Amino acid sequence: MDIFSPGFLNYLISLGTMSGIYAVLCLGLNLQWGFAGLFNAGIAAFFAIGAYTTAILTTPESPNYLGGFGLPIVLAWPIAMLLSGVIAWAIGRICLRLRGDYLAMATIGIAEVIRLLIKNEAWLTAGTRGIPNIARPFEGLPSTWNHLAFMGLVMALVAIIYWAAERAWASPWGRTMRAIRDSDMAAAAIGKDVTQFRVEAFVLGAMVMALGGALSAHYFKFLGLSATEPMMVTFLVWVMLIVGGSGNNRGAILGALIIWIIWSATELLTNRLPGEWITRTSYIRVLLIGILLQVVLQRFAKGLVPERPPRMIDDKPESR
Amino acid sequence: MIQVEHVSKSFGGIHAVDDCSLAVARGSITGLIGPNGAGKSTLFNIIAGLFAPNSGRVLLDSEDVTGWPAHRLFHRGLARTFQIAQEFSRMTVIENLMAVPPKQSGENLLRAWFDWSTVIGEEQGLHARAREVLAQLRLTHLEREYAGNLSGGQKKLLELGRTMMIRPKVVLLDELGAGVNRTLLSELAGEIERLNREHGYTFFVIEHDMDLIARLCDPVIVMAEGRVLTQGTMAEIRSNEAVIEAYLGARHHKPAPEARP
Repeated sequence: MDIFSPGFLNYLISLGTMSGIYAVLCLGLNLQWGFAGLFNAGIAAFFAIGAYTTAILTTPESPNYLGGFGLPIVLAWPIAMLLSGVIAWAIGRICLRLRGDYLAMATIGIAEVIRLLIKNEAWLTAGTRGIPNIARPFEGLPSTWNHLAFMGLVMALVAIIYWAAERAWASPWGRTMRAIRDSDMAAAAIGKDVTQFRVEAFVLGAMVMALGGALSAHYFKFLGLSATEPMMVTFLVWVMLIVGGSGNNRGAILGALIIWIIWSATELLTNRLPGEWITRTSYIRVLLIGILLQVVLQRFAKGLVPERPPRMIDDKPESR
Repeated sequence: MIQVEHVSKSFGGIHAVDDCSLAVARGSITGLIGPNGAGKSTLFNIIAGLFAPNSGRVLLDSEDVTGWPAHRLFHRGLARTFQIAQEFSRMTVIENLMAVPPKQSGENLLRAWFDWSTVIGEEQGLHARAREVLAQLRLTHLEREYAGNLSGGQKKLLELGRTMMIRPKVVLLDELGAGVNRTLLSELAGEIERLNREHGYTFFVIEHDMDLIARLCDPVIVMAEGRVLTQGTMAEIRSNEAVIEAYLGARHHKPAPEARP
């Protein structure tokens, strides 16, 4: 393979873009699980809310779904995040009083409700038909350059979210979140409003996930029901965070990168299988990822980059 | 300081606390003893807001706080430790302490993102205070250790340390002595007496170590089967026949030479 060929370059750019989008989702999940110990099994719901909101808001008017409204991205993305945050807030006020495993069940249910809404309320979302013609930023640039510029945008957003999440980790906000995660009973006994803090982490994570969904919609330029499937979003993002190291923002990004490379590499491999196997490849890939998760968890129980307490103020006078 | 009026709490069919009434006087170190299953910890959890009673009232500083959540009670000056230590296991020892004080501006994310210098300034104050507390508890060498790696007794100390990070009005200590070595426990008892004498903290103490109770507590309240059996000084309690009966069973009420525990 000629590594200087345009095809390979494009492959690298798509790899960077996709793992960047997954890094956004992973950082969002880390805010919920790594910080606050909230088991969100409905990542796909917030991803889809972000993707559909931006698709409806930015596409030109269409008879097949609500709008489109032709709004610019700089408006549509914040609205998508805000909407996801509001929905997460409503869910959180009800469900975050629930303890661990019950929250997981509730979020699975909510993700299913959102999936069925998107599928059946075709006036709003175009249903099974899907939403085409979603504009990608920088499309005016020549071919490879516009891909490169979009990748740059994704990476810049990853960098901003990473910075914000690291600051949150180092702050008393992050400390209180970890306290709640470790013992909500003791956190309440030292005066922390546990539900309030959990809602904050849940909403913030959901907003970041919505941004991931929006990025994905604009990257693929088409949005269909596959965006709501738990496999490609919820499952993969969880594997990424666990492999990378939950409670560590760098781990979240590293996990997204590694798992996405493996995931896309298995596609190259499975495409070379004999014809009768090809129809089964998607199952084989999931199986492989599952086995990989087992191997990593056996060898690195806390992920490749384990959680670390934030740097203390007396380590260095000017912290981070 | 604390008044408990006709409080009952049952779990399933078990009446853990059954029409219990007692009072903890301001400035006292009140002891709470009783055999296992007497309802002491349940009563503590009701006072501290972990669960609401089925009936009855709890007053803190003459205010009806029945059914208040734990975090609101903390802001009214009630601090506590747990029977089974509830350390923040994946946080360092010093972080366990620094998490405690209320109204930290860095608990607001916007301040953390856009006003970091204020947050850092406060952190320095918290850090200094936390180190003082660690020194008093002889835990300085474990400052950077994960709290989950401490021994049972050290975790108990850390919980006591959390209550020392603020100036509470009343502290509920649930079996502080369990797992703490006697020399240190004696020092801690001294610390509790000092906080009580110099800062006017009220303590309400569940303890099985009768020496510690005898040294610290006046009065001592005895609970059995969810109710208050009696109360008085330790000397009075020791000679009270109902108490002996509650602890040892009715057979021992009239000591017989062949009786075995």
